[in-house]
Amino acid sequence: MQEIFTKSMARNIYYGGSTFFILLFLALTLDTHQAWPARDNHQNLTEQVAAGKRLWERNNCIGCHTLLGEGAYFAPELGNVYKRFGGSKDALKAFIRSRPVEGVPGRRSMPQFNFTDAELDEVVEFLKYTSEINTNNWPPNIQG
Amino acid sequence: MQYQSQSVAKLYFIAAIGLFLAQILFGLIMGLQYVMGDFLFPEIPFNVARMVHTNTLIVWLLMGFMGASYYLVPEESQRELYSPKLAVLMFWTFLIAAALTVVGYLAVPYATLAQITGNDLLPTMGREFLEQPTITKIGIVIVALAFLFNIGMTVLSGRKTVVTIVLLTGLLGLAVFFLFSFYNPDNLVKDKYYWWWVVHLWVEGVWELILASILAFVLIKTTGIDREVVEKWLYIIIAMTLITGIIGTGHHFYWIGTPEYWQWWGSIFSALEPIPFFMLTLFAFNVINKRKREHPNKAAVLWAMGTAVMAFLGAGVWGFLHTLAPVNYYTHGTQITAAHGHMAFYGAYVMVVLTIISYAVPLMRGQEAKSNAKQVMEMWSFWLMTISIVFITLFLTGAGILQVYLQRYSDAPQAFMMVQEKISLFYWMREFTGLVFLVGAILFVLSFLPDKKAQRA
Repeated sequence: MQEIFTKSMARNIYYGGSTFFILLFLALTLDTHQAWPARDNHQNLTEQVAAGKRLWERNNCIGCHTLLGEGAYFAPELGNVYKRFGGSKDALKAFIRSRPVEGVPGRRSMPQFNFTDAELDEVVEFLKYTSEINTNNWPPNIQG
Repeated sequence: MQYQSQSVAKLYFIAAIGLFLAQILFGLIMGLQYVMGDFLFPEIPFNVARMVHTNTLIVWLLMGFMGASYYLVPEESQRELYSPKLAVLMFWTFLIAAALTVVGYLAVPYATLAQITGNDLLPTMGREFLEQPTITKIGIVIVALAFLFNIGMTVLSGRKTVVTIVLLTGLLGLAVFFLFSFYNPDNLVKDKYYWWWVVHLWVEGVWELILASILAFVLIKTTGIDREVVEKWLYIIIAMTLITGIIGTGHHFYWIGTPEYWQWWGSIFSALEPIPFFMLTLFAFNVINKRKREHPNKAAVLWAMGTAVMAFLGAGVWGFLHTLAPVNYYTHGTQITAAHGHMAFYGAYVMVVLTIISYAVPLMRGQEAKSNAKQVMEMWSFWLMTISIVFITLFLTGAGILQVYLQRYSDAPQAFMMVQEKISLFYWMREFTGLVFLVGAILFVLSFLPDKKAQRA
């Protein structure tokens, strides 16, 4: 670098630049908060959905699946699984319930979690709520 | 080594490398599960192996950063560490907490772990990379605060250099942003939004400050270049990091229920994120070319150069590959993400920790560098690991491109599991390359075993 560009100039760009962009980021975050009510499907965020999210978390579902594209890439995307199952809560519950305890020879298999009926309802309600979030039309198709 | 208290770094480095080996082992388990789905099922299901793989990575990198800080801060500040005892105490606290957490992951079902650690009181578990029980997270905060206090007191009461000020800023940011891991609202969109304040603002923000300052320290020491030159580079690199990286967080806000405008903010600013990494490459090559001395530790200089190149490739180029919103629409959450993740973490953070270990450990043993034979072995480990990670990344990229095409882009999109079977050849090649990586890592360890010849001499 040329001598015209001094260390104190570099330092000022660092302090000035990062301060400015932190403030801009906070401003955009504030605006995002205001935009959420129209997009985040909070009107359907019931007690049951919240319980479903806790169940999702305490079984570490994100350790294999993606949810809105985030998570592990070992098992299918679940953000739109409710729609992929044709909006059938029963089909989703039957799938989760029927996972073999010892897995499937040679293949990937979801563990058997032994959920109660109430728990199955909760997780399915959570997946339904998730599928109704406005994600700017992601994923590109029903396969997730 | 000029100050006695620097030697506390050794504990951290040893634990870091131990956890690194564990991380690789669990990576190999997961890699095999990708192609042999029932491997170790149901004893170690994929999600458990993955938690161990990613959490040991995070912990060993943090251990590496802490070790690096304890090593370089006394030397930069020209005084002993504020409290070596606190550093040792925090080491054992951290190591035991990490070990107990991993044992918890492996010994009981995750739901049981959540229950016995009282996750219901303050639910923070079950989110990617933040799977640790809440009590472990609290432990991490305590360790981080004690560490910051120790380093901060040393820095502020000693000679202040740009290296230590930048390092301290990075470490402070690391601690502050981790606090967002305690915010876990029922609203999934808000949960995801602030989850990125930990994950993105760590790895594409404050961690880069830590990376740049560690690398700057090693380069000052090995090249003998004027501090003034290095400091100017350091400021401008971290300035560009934060200028691009903070708004660059927006590249995670395309499809999670956040407004469309993030596609513009995220695309534009994250497209600029390679710039600081490119400058890091220029910086390293520049100062090495203009070096004023030949440091006998050639392996450490190789690691430093490697960090600068691989960080640019992994974080810069492979990040750019899928960061633009129209591209990311198709690649989001596929093997492309995994490809980028592997080379970026290795190139930026794994390599910088190995750089400081490579530089500091011989000095802690009272020699400027290891014997030539040991250095040759270490350079072999450098090339084996680095070439392996390049190929792992290429294979995952190949898998990702096919996955995107078959599952998302073609006229007749196929189901996830069907596509996974079709791309399994790439997973086999990745797994094989992973074994080569393991050989490289083992060679790294072997190259640091006591040198019999040197001892006799």
